[in-house]
Amino acid sequence: MGENITFFVLMLDAMLRVSTPLILASFAGMFAERSGIVDIGLEGKMLGAAFAAASVALVTDSAWLGLLAGISVSVGLAMIHAFACVTHNGNQVVSGMALNILVAGLGPVLALAWFNQGSQTPMIADIARFKPIHLPFADKLRDVPVVGEVYSELISGHNIIVYLALGMVPLAAWFIYRTRFGLRLRAVGENPEAVDTAGISVTGMRYRAMIVCGILCGVAGTYLAIAMNTLFIRDMTAGMGYLALAALIFGKWKPLPTLLACFLFAFAQALEARLQGVDIPGIGIIPVQAIQALPYILTVLLLAGFVGKAIPPKASGVPYVKEK
Amino acid sequence: MKKLFTGALTALALAVTGALATGPASADDFSPAIVFDMGGKFDKSFNEAAYNGAERFKSESGVTYREFEVTNPSQREQAMRNMARRGATVIIAMGFAQAAAVETVAKEFPDIKFTLIDMVVDLPNVQSVIFKEHEGSFLVGMAAALASKTGKVGFIGGMDIPLIRKFALGYVEGAKYVNADIEVYQNMTGTTPSAWNDPTKGGELARSQFDRGADVVYAAAGGTGVGVYQAAKDAGKLAIGVDSNQNYMHPGTMLTSMVKRVDVAVYEAFMTAKNGTWQGGFKILGLAEDGVGFALDKYNRDLVSADMEMKIEAARKDIISGKVEVTDYMAQ
Repeated sequence: MGENITFFVLMLDAMLRVSTPLILASFAGMFAERSGIVDIGLEGKMLGAAFAAASVALVTDSAWLGLLAGISVSVGLAMIHAFACVTHNGNQVVSGMALNILVAGLGPVLALAWFNQGSQTPMIADIARFKPIHLPFADKLRDVPVVGEVYSELISGHNIIVYLALGMVPLAAWFIYRTRFGLRLRAVGENPEAVDTAGISVTGMRYRAMIVCGILCGVAGTYLAIAMNTLFIRDMTAGMGYLALAALIFGKWKPLPTLLACFLFAFAQALEARLQGVDIPGIGIIPVQAIQALPYILTVLLLAGFVGKAIPPKASGVPYVKEK
Repeated sequence: MKKLFTGALTALALAVTGALATGPASADDFSPAIVFDMGGKFDKSFNEAAYNGAERFKSESGVTYREFEVTNPSQREQAMRNMARRGATVIIAMGFAQAAAVETVAKEFPDIKFTLIDMVVDLPNVQSVIFKEHEGSFLVGMAAALASKTGKVGFIGGMDIPLIRKFALGYVEGAKYVNADIEVYQNMTGTTPSAWNDPTKGGELARSQFDRGADVVYAAAGGTGVGVYQAAKDAGKLAIGVDSNQNYMHPGTMLTSMVKRVDVAVYEAFMTAKNGTWQGGFKILGLAEDGVGFALDKYNRDLVSADMEMKIEAARKDIISGKVEVTDYMAQ
């Protein structure tokens, strides 16, 4: 029994670690899509931020400057996307994809030019990383059954970005549903004509949404590069941006369901790591490939059976052109 | 003006024909080339070992070499054919995944020498170099079992291919040789080439093994290993490197490295090709040939006790003499 609880707590612990960049990225996508901009460039923004964060942290030995650099680059990329899609009414999917390809190539090339270590950055020093934070009493409470275990293993011992990401979720929900900004944001994604009639700038709203999107993606990329890892490697996001989009769709563009979708995907990944090669009584060893397909199978199953209809914001993907 | 333009054009055309004419190399000018695989030449592991071997050849012979880093599977054949067309006399292809490309291009250019590392292609102008990774992995498996206090050790592979299973099997046998009851956790990072380059996942897999009680973990996963070693350092556990000597990466938590002398193989392929003693066929390098081994240097000296070293050394001799046999996964 006690062992099972430990196993479960450690699984949840892994889930929190893995879900952090997913949560940040899918909420970034939520802000973009709720304002009517489809953003498949989440992956590229994260990768760009990861590269910037690793490079700056390496040179300055400061994790916070790394975070700042990650956010700046990501917001910069978001502004290019906004400039193409909002100001010039470009195709949002094409622009997002273009940014992904641009960053996938540019990061390794710059890494090669600056650090001469192939398509990656050298490893950064320990002081330039976001280290796990041990909450007070974590060690003393470790031996208390269940509660102590949950506190010391699950709640304590993460780096600050994990806590920031979890704290951001209720804040984002409050922003979207309880503030004037949120109301306008939702309106501009559903019915931009009405917003325009009310005398609010559609362009301005969408630009602001993209800034928020950029900031969140920047934090996610920074987390990958200098909190979970100690360097930037080519394609290190490994499709996480797309998985975040899937979580967003799966969560019907709503904060709480999206959070749960991120948790679900991350839990599947944590499960995958722990089930590989394990002999389950009565079933035997599950092949690696089947376990690795687990998150995708789950997604397809749930999308087909339980989610019902996923209805995107009505104006999502449609450039707003004022009537002449 | 027009005349000038025509003149320039003619000159250009001549230059191009000239370049083409001298393209295929004559027998006496020697031009080596190497094609790295997906991990990239600074993966701190397999490809980097090859890079070091090539650099050693360059500094000793003064001959520069051409190189190409494959970033996309479709580039392999193209890169090799380009090298061949531009007059390379010997081309080294790194990694099992290049076998198909070597086979195609080697048939097209029967006069050019190809050296393929880690895989076998049976053609007269191809030299296939393979290693007995299971023997080296056996030794580091012993080291892991001897260093483990929990009686649980881990293995993390890159892409799930027979070659990596070969590492895993040797490692398990080595660990069991020391402690028959030892538990060995095994994880593969993925089933696509991106599994060589995913340190985030590597770190997560390592943490999952630590959570289950493992205190030594061996990664045979290219660039993914970087995340594994970092996770070991963060958790205060031990890690074992692969291919290159990776002990220097985290002194104090890198127990040892299973070195595969890819650098020697690359160096010798270039050197023998230069001296004219290069031969096609198979080259199998194991413990006896010093093709694989376990690394002991100033970075891990304190982690390997005299007793451990003695036991591993004894096993090494037994494997060479044939007293201990290590199963080769790929020969099964």
